[in-house]
Amino acid sequence: MSAKQSKKMRLLQGNEAIVEGALAAGCRFFAGYPITPASEISEMLSLRLPQVDGTFIQMEDEIASMGAIIGASLTGVKSMTATSGPGFSLMQENLGFACIAEVPCVVVNVMRGGPSTGLPTSPAQGDVMQARWGTHGDHPIIVLSVSTVRDCFDLTVQAFNLSEKYRVPVIILSDGAVAHTRESVTLPSPDEIQVIDRIRPSMPPEWYIPYEDNSGGVPPMAVFGEGYRYHVTGLVHDERGFPTHRSDDIQASTNRLFRKITRGFHEIQMTKSFMMDDAEVAVIAYGSVARSACRAVIDTREKGINAGMLQLITLFPFPRDVVESVLRQCRAVLVPEMNIGQISREVKRVNQTASKVEKHNRIDGQLITPDEIVRRLMKI
Amino acid sequence: MPEEVTKLIHKYLRHDKKFPHVWCPGCGNGIVLGALIRAIDRLGLAKDEIVLASGIGCAGRMPVYVDFNTLHTTHGRALTFATGIKLAKPSLTVIIVMGDGDATAIGGNHFIHAARRNLNLTAIIINNQIYGMTGGQHSPTTPYGCNTTTSPYGHIEQAFSIAELAVAAGAAFVARGTVYHAQLLEGLLEKGIQKSGFSVVEVMSNCHIQFGRRNKMGDPVTMIKWLKHHAVTIEKAGKMTHDSMKDKFTIGILADVEKPVYTEEYQKIREEAKRSAKEPKR
Repeated sequence: MSAKQSKKMRLLQGNEAIVEGALAAGCRFFAGYPITPASEISEMLSLRLPQVDGTFIQMEDEIASMGAIIGASLTGVKSMTATSGPGFSLMQENLGFACIAEVPCVVVNVMRGGPSTGLPTSPAQGDVMQARWGTHGDHPIIVLSVSTVRDCFDLTVQAFNLSEKYRVPVIILSDGAVAHTRESVTLPSPDEIQVIDRIRPSMPPEWYIPYEDNSGGVPPMAVFGEGYRYHVTGLVHDERGFPTHRSDDIQASTNRLFRKITRGFHEIQMTKSFMMDDAEVAVIAYGSVARSACRAVIDTREKGINAGMLQLITLFPFPRDVVESVLRQCRAVLVPEMNIGQISREVKRVNQTASKVEKHNRIDGQLITPDEIVRRLMKI
Repeated sequence: MPEEVTKLIHKYLRHDKKFPHVWCPGCGNGIVLGALIRAIDRLGLAKDEIVLASGIGCAGRMPVYVDFNTLHTTHGRALTFATGIKLAKPSLTVIIVMGDGDATAIGGNHFIHAARRNLNLTAIIINNQIYGMTGGQHSPTTPYGCNTTTSPYGHIEQAFSIAELAVAAGAAFVARGTVYHAQLLEGLLEKGIQKSGFSVVEVMSNCHIQFGRRNKMGDPVTMIKWLKHHAVTIEKAGKMTHDSMKDKFTIGILADVEKPVYTEEYQKIREEAKRSAKEPKR
């Protein structure tokens, strides 16, 4: 493809842009199970992956999909799955495996109303805390949130990069609205995209210690079948990868899992500020709500109130540095969400200032409108 | 002979893994591992080419001791991980070891679909008719009437017959052996690994600690002798009456059929996809 062609403006929906982003990031394996509103991702990858010598497989359920992408990743292939709420619930057990065994992979959750079968075709943001804490036990994880079609492309690339760099599963939270909205986008050409691959061992196999600590806390990852015969387990393991019950080993390995994310925090935490320079009240929003919030900020300013918006792109690790500075700057903060209040809790948790944190919630399957946000901002 | 056996053990066991292993004295799992190692050695496969994956339970601990690419997955999900490995890197020989509960209760759905899908994988299912590691609860293969820690009044469910289930689900190669018939088992494993397609080798084994003790089956030797007396080769079973087969089970190869192998079929898809991508759009 020539540079001119790839620069063409295209009309894409969010799910399509995720597919483009995944392919651009080097994803060559996808396993999934049909579910609305994520199915387009499977359908399109079943067409596209074999064209680039990749593999698509439809598994018997989401548990199996998650298992398959972990298996594929162990052979050095970048892997992804996509689902919605009920399927995301089923993936949680194996997601924990990816966390403890440090297997890079990307999971897209196109959120719909819940719990249970819930609202299959309506957008929601109810899976925020599930994305953070859904699998059992203490574990670090990275959660990104998309709000536009272009975001879907960029953040999917970013998700693969972070996953490879930190050897951690990365969750992309989309929702029914972003997934199915069609927008005109110009996607970057391949030479404009930074693609990061996991670090492989440079030492000979006999010197390789698969989970050895180093300055960054991310050990190089050997590929199955290349001479580094090591053990991968979901049990808590020592630096050689073997199960352990020694408390000093347990503490060291669990600490490292958290430390590697803490060390990269400033790179991982991504936010966008909109009209925040002189803002006295702020909206903290993410996903499709950030789009309404953007409009609401402009409308509120027309009514004479200096409003601004902080859009959270990384939801976890929670970007507390930036949120704290917004809280220090503004007298009041509104957190509108299509759930009962999941990120507003996090904002309140980090709030050590006198500024007021209010929430605005909808759980009726409808989007939050700019007007609703303006009305709240006028009274706050 | 003993010297050769020792040599073989040292060739394949991990020397940096701290022994002793987790299995109880007299457990059949060691016999299965021994047969597997001999089969692999006879096939002349390089250690680097082999992935040994497992689920959870006593059988699930097998990979950690041997010097292959080893993977100890979540309960019942070993076949799903193995599917990803085989698809992403078909050059690897992927062997999966599971227990009866692991493969046919929590992993039952994955098991039948793996058999149907026909990837070139070898699944070894060690059937000791009980959940050993968790303390002797009944599994899908616990016989009717047996006493377990979760059927203290006697088990009222019917048992799965794993090999027959695999045949019905479409596995390309299905065999059953026992830990008594170690040499037969070695041969079955060898054939299973060689087979192009999904192969299942069910191994009847003893759990004298959790199953035998509660059902008055005796010590390991007695239990393994029980396997000897109740196993009937498929050839012999064909000549026996239904009644005389009542408390017996068959050993040998139950199915060996040729059907399209997934990875080969998918390679054709790749070629087709690349061809159609090149064609100008109408």
